[in-house]
Amino acid sequence: MNGSQRPLRMRARQRICALMIATTVIGGTIPAALVAQRDDRPVVVASKPFGESYLLAEMFSQLLESRGFKVDRKPGLGATEIAFGALRTDAIDAYPEYTGTGLIAILHDTLPDSVTADPRAVFAHVARRFADLYHVRWLPPLGFQNTYAIAVTRSTASRYHLRTLSDLAREGSHLTAGFTADFIGRNDGLVGLSRVYGLKPRAVRPLAPAVKYQALASGAVDVIDGYSTDGLLARYDLVTLIDDKHFFPPYEAAALVSNRLDKQVPGAVAALVLLSGRLDEKTMRQLNRRVEVDGEDVKKVASDELATLGLIGASRAEGSAQTAQPGQHSGFLRYLWDRRATIWALTVRHLELVAFALLAAVIIAVPLGLALERTRRIAEPTIGGLGVLQTIPSIALLAFMIPFLGVGVAPALVALWLYALYPIARGTYTGVRDADPDAVAAAEALGTTPTQRLLWVRLPLAAPVIMAGIRTAAVITVGAATLAAFIGAGGLGEPIVAGLALADTRMILSGALPAAALALAVDGVLAIVERLVAPAHRRKRFWRTRTEGLDRAVAPAV
Amino acid sequence: MPISLAARNVSHRFGNVVALDDVSIDIPAGRATALVGESGSGKTTLLRCFNRLVEPERGQVMVGDEDVRTQSLVSLRRGIGYVQQHGGLLPHWRVLRNVALVPTLRHMPDSTDAARRALELVGLPSAQFGSRFPHELSGGQRQRVALARSIAARPGVILLDEPFGALDAISRAELQESFDNLRRDLTVTTLLVTHDLAEAGRLAEEVVVMRKGRIEQRGSMRDLIHAPATDYVARLIERARAGLEALRA
Repeated sequence: MNGSQRPLRMRARQRICALMIATTVIGGTIPAALVAQRDDRPVVVASKPFGESYLLAEMFSQLLESRGFKVDRKPGLGATEIAFGALRTDAIDAYPEYTGTGLIAILHDTLPDSVTADPRAVFAHVARRFADLYHVRWLPPLGFQNTYAIAVTRSTASRYHLRTLSDLAREGSHLTAGFTADFIGRNDGLVGLSRVYGLKPRAVRPLAPAVKYQALASGAVDVIDGYSTDGLLARYDLVTLIDDKHFFPPYEAAALVSNRLDKQVPGAVAALVLLSGRLDEKTMRQLNRRVEVDGEDVKKVASDELATLGLIGASRAEGSAQTAQPGQHSGFLRYLWDRRATIWALTVRHLELVAFALLAAVIIAVPLGLALERTRRIAEPTIGGLGVLQTIPSIALLAFMIPFLGVGVAPALVALWLYALYPIARGTYTGVRDADPDAVAAAEALGTTPTQRLLWVRLPLAAPVIMAGIRTAAVITVGAATLAAFIGAGGLGEPIVAGLALADTRMILSGALPAAALALAVDGVLAIVERLVAPAHRRKRFWRTRTEGLDRAVAPAV
Repeated sequence: MPISLAARNVSHRFGNVVALDDVSIDIPAGRATALVGESGSGKTTLLRCFNRLVEPERGQVMVGDEDVRTQSLVSLRRGIGYVQQHGGLLPHWRVLRNVALVPTLRHMPDSTDAARRALELVGLPSAQFGSRFPHELSGGQRQRVALARSIAARPGVILLDEPFGALDAISRAELQESFDNLRRDLTVTTLLVTHDLAEAGRLAEEVVVMRKGRIEQRGSMRDLIHAPATDYVARLIERARAGLEALRA
């Protein structure tokens, strides 16, 4: 590392900074925190990616809209860390959360059993601690608890005489568990359950929420984690085991809102509080069932219930019902056709994310690859560093960026951009480095300048390899951009995330199929570009052999 | 106009390996000189000093009457023809454009015509070969194109770094013939690096035998044969002769 290399690295770093800023601006969605609009700004309502959270967020949104507020919906944000991170940094204004999650997953507090057993005391504790630590406000509870429900089939329960979690721990060695990845890793999940009850299942399979119930019903696993308000618990006639040691804290649902919401949008908090204490567990289970089991539209279920509660007018509910009815029994193609406008808009958004991220990556990574070719000593470490970025799980990367970029398009673009750098920089560096060394040496000996060698020899000869890198990056980016939905950036990941949360296969496919088609299309278009930029001697080989005479007669191009 | 070349007390090392050890040589304008020696003898390093592909650690290198270090790198190289072992044609350029490279770099108004004439000189009519890509030529033809490229801008000096090295015997003979013709038509100083003494004798008026970065002997082939200055030169000639004897038998 000598002095002559340092300016180059600094320049590269400055360029990266400039680009990050540029992408933020291009992205168009400046984090809400930077928008100091006080009048008439929308309330940003988010949810986590599971059915009940979608439903509650939709009820918040409709309630606010019925009171004349504008609402910006950001459903399905990553998981607790992303949704809460977004709230803390004022990128969103409100989302539904549960006191138990706040206590254990966010605060990491342990309370005496006497306190944990009392939902009121837990709420008071969590509300006070959140106000002190994060300046975030818990609105009064909505009226129901949604605790973890460890469930088995009725036949398993009778075969092993299971009634409580202690019974389950006793028979654990015979049973295979299918738990969500989230539950397996959480202190208020399997980790704590093993500690308190000594539960050690024969095997633990991580399962997506969408397939848990089918896996249990088919006998692939014997025990699953669910939520006590899951509509599916009733549908599959499952037995929920009793938490006889009071391990699970109360999970009272409530709206979590940012402190500034009340100042910036007066009246919004008052509107949200109208829902406090109005939803009991029985109601919630029915609503969840309509969404998760019957496949009804979330918007319609939300408006129906708000109308039933007398919080919004019935005519409004009728209206949404008309537009939202997807036609449960019509075919998949009909479903896609009905949603063509939405899917098209999501596809366009998806393509925008990919295009901007890729363009920014090309602008940085190609010059970087060229620069590295001239300072080869630092080339491998630098490209290796970009490679390490690839190994960061995208959810972790997205969560990491929330404090700087909020939620929405900007962090998604930066993440996609980071993932696209490696294949492009690698392709450029390798392509230019290995471009016909004899030709490069001869061009040098005959008096070409370095720039001429680059433009006349190295770049044209490296073009196919560079393009291959860009193509790889493009296809990766189309795939990775589906994850942008976790951070509220939209795109085709939106129906995929929502469909997974709502166990709606058609919804998943309505995002996954266009995404796959988009990947193929992008690859195809870039394949054509790759052929167009191929060096002349390779490009024309095919038809030259057949039109040799004719070709020779043409005046030589010099 | 042919240009003279000179090296004065030139030394160069690659790491710890001595490539040139206090070498001095004068090559008069218009003379064809061959540098002969085994690999590692320093012959290629010496050749590459003249177009500054190697910047020697010590000593002075002259092209014409000027020290190479006082001339602009790019214009120095544009004034010197150069052929390397693997011709180094640009694979994505057609033959005529390859040959026109140096005339184009020198902004010569008739660069295409210059390229055509150069191709004729090496026996590759541009009408037939000009619009081919290098990969559509044989190895020998490619080297002839490289030779044409080195003379297209009519340089005062040509440096040839084992240009025949990678060719089969017949292509080699063809190329040597082209080179001979060229030497007759152009007045140009040529410096040829080869490990083949017979080839040196055939193509050069003067032979310089190098070993371990030093000049062992310098003279006409006749001088070398009749009065080898060192055992090494004598052995070199003996070996070359033995090769020819084997063919005669």
